Amino acid sequence: MDIPWDIIVIQTVNGLVSGMILALVASGLTLIFGIMDVVNFAHGELFMLGAYMGVIVLTTTGSFWLALVLAILIVALLGAAMQVITLRPLLGRDPLNTILATFGISLVLQNYALWQFGPVARKIQEPFTGQFTLFYLQYPWYRIVIAALSAGIIGGLYLFLKYGRYGIWIRATTQDRVMAQAMGIPVPWVHTGVFAIGAGMAAASGVLFGPLVGVNHAMGLDWVLKAFIVVVVGGMGNLGGSILAAIFISLLEAYASIWVSPSQAIIVSSVVLILTLLFRPTGLFVPTPK
Amino acid sequence: MTQISKRRATVYWTGFSIIVVLLIVAPLVLPEFWRRFLTEILIWGLLAMSSDLLIGYTGMVSFGHSAFFGLGMYGAAAAILMVKPPNLWLAILYGLAGSAAIALFVAYFSTRLRDIYFAITTLIFSQIFYVIIFTWTEVTGGENGLSFPRPQLGIPGIYTTPFTSTTLHWFVLAAVVISYLILRRITQSPFGMVLQSIRENEARTRAIGYPVERYKMVAVMLSGLFAGLAGVLYAVQNRFAAPDFVYFLISGEVVIFNVMGGIGTLLGPILGAGFFLGLRELFSRLFPWIATTFNMPQIEQFPYLIPLGIIFILMVIFLPQGLLGFAKRWLNST
Repeated sequence: MDIPWDIIVIQTVNGLVSGMILALVASGLTLIFGIMDVVNFAHGELFMLGAYMGVIVLTTTGSFWLALVLAILIVALLGAAMQVITLRPLLGRDPLNTILATFGISLVLQNYALWQFGPVARKIQEPFTGQFTLFYLQYPWYRIVIAALSAGIIGGLYLFLKYGRYGIWIRATTQDRVMAQAMGIPVPWVHTGVFAIGAGMAAASGVLFGPLVGVNHAMGLDWVLKAFIVVVVGGMGNLGGSILAAIFISLLEAYASIWVSPSQAIIVSSVVLILTLLFRPTGLFVPTPK
Repeated sequence: MTQISKRRATVYWTGFSIIVVLLIVAPLVLPEFWRRFLTEILIWGLLAMSSDLLIGYTGMVSFGHSAFFGLGMYGAAAAILMVKPPNLWLAILYGLAGSAAIALFVAYFSTRLRDIYFAITTLIFSQIFYVIIFTWTEVTGGENGLSFPRPQLGIPGIYTTPFTSTTLHWFVLAAVVISYLILRRITQSPFGMVLQSIRENEARTRAIGYPVERYKMVAVMLSGLFAGLAGVLYAVQNRFAAPDFVYFLISGEVVIFNVMGGIGTLLGPILGAGFFLGLRELFSRLFPWIATTFNMPQIEQFPYLIPLGIIFILMVIFLPQGLLGFAKRWLNST
């Protein structure tokens, strides 16, 4: 059989682009899980709301970049409010309670979006439409830019966690909540802040990804499932692992969709998940625990 | 048996009989719509009750019960469409076989994991089956699903009669009551005691020498079997099978029924299903009514899941034991 090199190269680029976006969604999810043991079922809805905020700001102001920034800020505020109202009372209870509460939130947000914006998909106009030639395809520059932007945001988050004053607070709280509290770190507010950061990252990926697919009320569902797979494969709460896993799984799905339909490609990532859980239950990209 | 526990048992069985008698009489007095509604509550209640065996008694929250439910539906559909004339008992058999096969598969992989990992794994599994059913159009009908005639009630060759909505209600009621009694017996058996000790302290149960994984696998399979039965009943009632019922939102609703009604009570999930579906009916009528009465057309289409979701979140925060939580000890000790 002839190996179709051109298709493989194209799919590699596609996989890397969607992998970077997925990494942006998943790193928010894994950050939230790592610090407060909350599996945020509503993460896909934050992604979706971010995209809708992008649509609204874009239609009123006409500036894509302003839309991106405002959507991040609005959804981050919303995430902070969500955390204070629903998750703070659940602190210290079984983590499964937080799954239930965030599942409830996701139902509410999704139906609110359906009611408010209707079932018809909205379109976000790409900020620029340049293309370059990739074999027989005219490949849009925009896709390369979103991958780079996602990488930039994740890199910024990494630097913030590593060197920023509040980033150090976050890492301290992740390591030992009680000790961090004893050292005078306002742990409840660190939790709220992390939730806001995660929500803002979900919103950023929603706005960036909006031009590629169209914005509708159910767009978060697929993403949250994929992000769950990524977070488990990468090792729950492990930021670097999640990013690698996101790229790995997106590449796999991109190659798989050469042969099967894209909707079936998720089976491939599910199989990866199951194999990971069987053989490396702590995650593929973490050192073997001793 | 002491005097007190004897009296407890009398109260329990009297109450149980009164409820069953009320449910037997209900279809005779209710109008057609509400008769069907009550039957539907019982079916969803059975599905929720089956997952209570995992959530409430073994401490494993399954987010994948839609897979068992859906395979029950599609198994029943296969029997009804392939065997002529359609046979009710064969439909049940096929449905149970389908859900048992899936449950074995899911149980083998997922029971090695605990807590959130178990929940996510079951969720992903149900999503795999959803994608398979959704895309395998030649066999499953794809997005449109399958529709089929309703099989007849009775023993083929001896006596059969078509289902009416009343006899269907009685049939479903019988299935639910028998399932409840079996599940109750299971939870009170030595096997059920081991499940509850896994819930309380898995490490200690293992240390005592119980093969925890095997117990968990059997629990998942039993739970899947009863969920499959609920799927068969739903297929028989509605005469179709659709991929929507395998989607994980159904699993989420099942968990909501459990939490609303009270986990670890078996009866709670049925009550929770009634509460949820009743509120859904209420809200889906309330908003159009408000819209016409107070002339506010903008809320006519207001989705009922928003108030329901808010009630659910409030219950998770303020009433984590659910509606029947106060009677948990009493229901399990008599």
